[in-house]
Amino acid sequence: MIAFWCLAPIMVVAALGILVVRKAVHAALLLAVVMISLAVLYASLEAPFLFAVQIIVYTGAILMLFLFVLMLVGVDASDSLTETIKGHRVAALVVGALFGLTVGLAVGQVGYGTAVGLETANAAGNVPALADLLFSDWVLAFETTSALLITAAVGAMVLAHRERLEPRAGQRELAARRVQEYAESGRHLGPLPAPGVYARHNAVDTPALLPDGSPSELSLNRTLVGRHDDKTPPKDVKAIEKMVESHGEAGR
Amino acid sequence: MISLLAISAAAPEDLSAFGKDPWWLILAKVLAIFLVLVLLTLFNIWFERRVVARMQHRIGPNVHGPFGLLQSLADGVKLALKEDIIPKAADVVVFVLAPVIAAIPAFITFSVIPFGPVVGLPFTDRTTPLQLTDMPMAVLFVMAIASIGIYGIVLGGWASGSTYSLLGGLRSSAQMISYEVAMGLSLVAVFLYAGSMSTSTIVAAQDHVWFGFVLLPSFVIYVISMVGETNRAPFDLPEAEGELVGGFHTEYSSLKFALFFLAEYINMATVSALATTLFLGGWRAPFGIAHVWAGANQDYWPLLWFFGKILLFIFFFVWLRGTLPRLRYDQFMAFGWKVLIPISLVWIMLVATLRVARNEGSFDNLSGPFVPIAAGVVIVICLALMFWPASEKKRPTDQRSGVRREVPRAGGFPVPQLPESGAVRGAAAPLVFEESDR
Repeated sequence: MIAFWCLAPIMVVAALGILVVRKAVHAALLLAVVMISLAVLYASLEAPFLFAVQIIVYTGAILMLFLFVLMLVGVDASDSLTETIKGHRVAALVVGALFGLTVGLAVGQVGYGTAVGLETANAAGNVPALADLLFSDWVLAFETTSALLITAAVGAMVLAHRERLEPRAGQRELAARRVQEYAESGRHLGPLPAPGVYARHNAVDTPALLPDGSPSELSLNRTLVGRHDDKTPPKDVKAIEKMVESHGEAGR
Repeated sequence: MISLLAISAAAPEDLSAFGKDPWWLILAKVLAIFLVLVLLTLFNIWFERRVVARMQHRIGPNVHGPFGLLQSLADGVKLALKEDIIPKAADVVVFVLAPVIAAIPAFITFSVIPFGPVVGLPFTDRTTPLQLTDMPMAVLFVMAIASIGIYGIVLGGWASGSTYSLLGGLRSSAQMISYEVAMGLSLVAVFLYAGSMSTSTIVAAQDHVWFGFVLLPSFVIYVISMVGETNRAPFDLPEAEGELVGGFHTEYSSLKFALFFLAEYINMATVSALATTLFLGGWRAPFGIAHVWAGANQDYWPLLWFFGKILLFIFFFVWLRGTLPRLRYDQFMAFGWKVLIPISLVWIMLVATLRVARNEGSFDNLSGPFVPIAAGVVIVICLALMFWPASEKKRPTDQRSGVRREVPRAGGFPVPQLPESGAVRGAAAPLVFEESDR
């Protein structure tokens, strides 16, 4: 009971926080708080196996994948608060209030006595008792669920699968191709030159200088050049100086 | 001879020794674990530097304190006094929280590691196990808490607001999830043999033979995945300094960086302790010693064996770091998913089959350790075969890949052509630059 009264406020605040915070990663973090608190509640209710599984599966794997995707696609910008659908906010408030009312009424009418049968259920130890149930009475549901999950996983793989039309070029083939290109067109063999970050300015959109003083266009990332496509890339040192000066302190 | 097939039924799960300590004893144990971990970290840093130095024909830190043992303490103080920088682009709350999230779980996992048997406390008549607590799913508890620790690294990478950190965080989340699967699967065979997931019962089940010998493939897979799980070389891709500067901790400094550092070293100790507990008989004395000296497994002597085995693993970590280059990321992931996990699954099927056959009495007329050892040999051969063709396979693809192999120039690769009169011997002509008209 102590665990419940300690954790319940934390969980409610965290759950409300999920709705309120702007950044997706913060919401995921708060969700982790709710999940871990739930796991601790399981532990305090003498379901230790569920405690471990809740953390390993939900917090450790599923939410981690959420985070992975959030970070990968970079959804860390704050949400905009402008209403896109007219009356959206009012409708959401009304429906939310109705839902809360329903849940409140439903929960209010249910009365629970103290839990009975925990001793008998855990008589052979929590884990063996759970295994006993899972692989006898509920084996069909268990197998069906696993089949469903496997189908989903295979389905995701099939959808994301791309047939390779030609064999994948390995390190050896790539090296051979590079040498070939050099022999045919004289294209430089080695990696591209680094930008002028270390030369005089601390910005990756400053080109590196070749030994004769001319800027190397190859040293600039094409995406960065494209970003200022209203300007032509600088042609020599003077032009670079001018460009950096016009950017002011921001570029340094 | 001990029948390997008969070792499991000996140890029914009995956790009655736990949960009876008074509050002051629990507090003392918690403090002791904390102290041991911090000291072990300081020692391990020094140990690693010394061992790596020896491997590189250097001496390593040997000035401060006896054998240079206080070097890591001095470094720690220096680290703590450095300027604490929070980047402008950082998400401050998460940035500060991340090292704490990484460090705390590292400490918590040690609460279920058995350091020794039930011992009598000095100056009292009270007996207590040398372990903070145990649970019916203690090993799963370690896995669960470790998976929370990953958040520290991932969030630290995200919150720094820098590309290198983000890439490091992404790498570590993918890497640790993948290798946690292989690690979890390697543990299943131990659970099957010990008939329990509690650490003290697993140690008790190894009183005749260590699981590291009986379940050799599981042991090998666990050792490989534990290196991946702790981000250590050759699997230290999240902090690959050649590619990502410092990876997830690029932007961290001072005490926050120290926390990440601490977490990494404690995690090393944790996975080593878990490997010791699950596969090397935990606190039990190595073979033969208990026969010669009956007291080797009693009182506080098991601490010696336990820490000895942990140090053995730490030495292994250092050895790997001193010898192996870092893997390429795709090879590393392919190794985890396409090699370790399938082998684990096949091995678990084998072990489970053996267990069922034993329970049904199929081996009653077949005594001795023949079957598991034969199975182990078969698996090792399969493992060897899996790695064997990797070096041979590359060559034929050369013909298939459609890269034309005509000689690009006389001499093959783009080296300067030889002078017509043949190779020139003797000193080269002095190098002269043309005057540039700039």
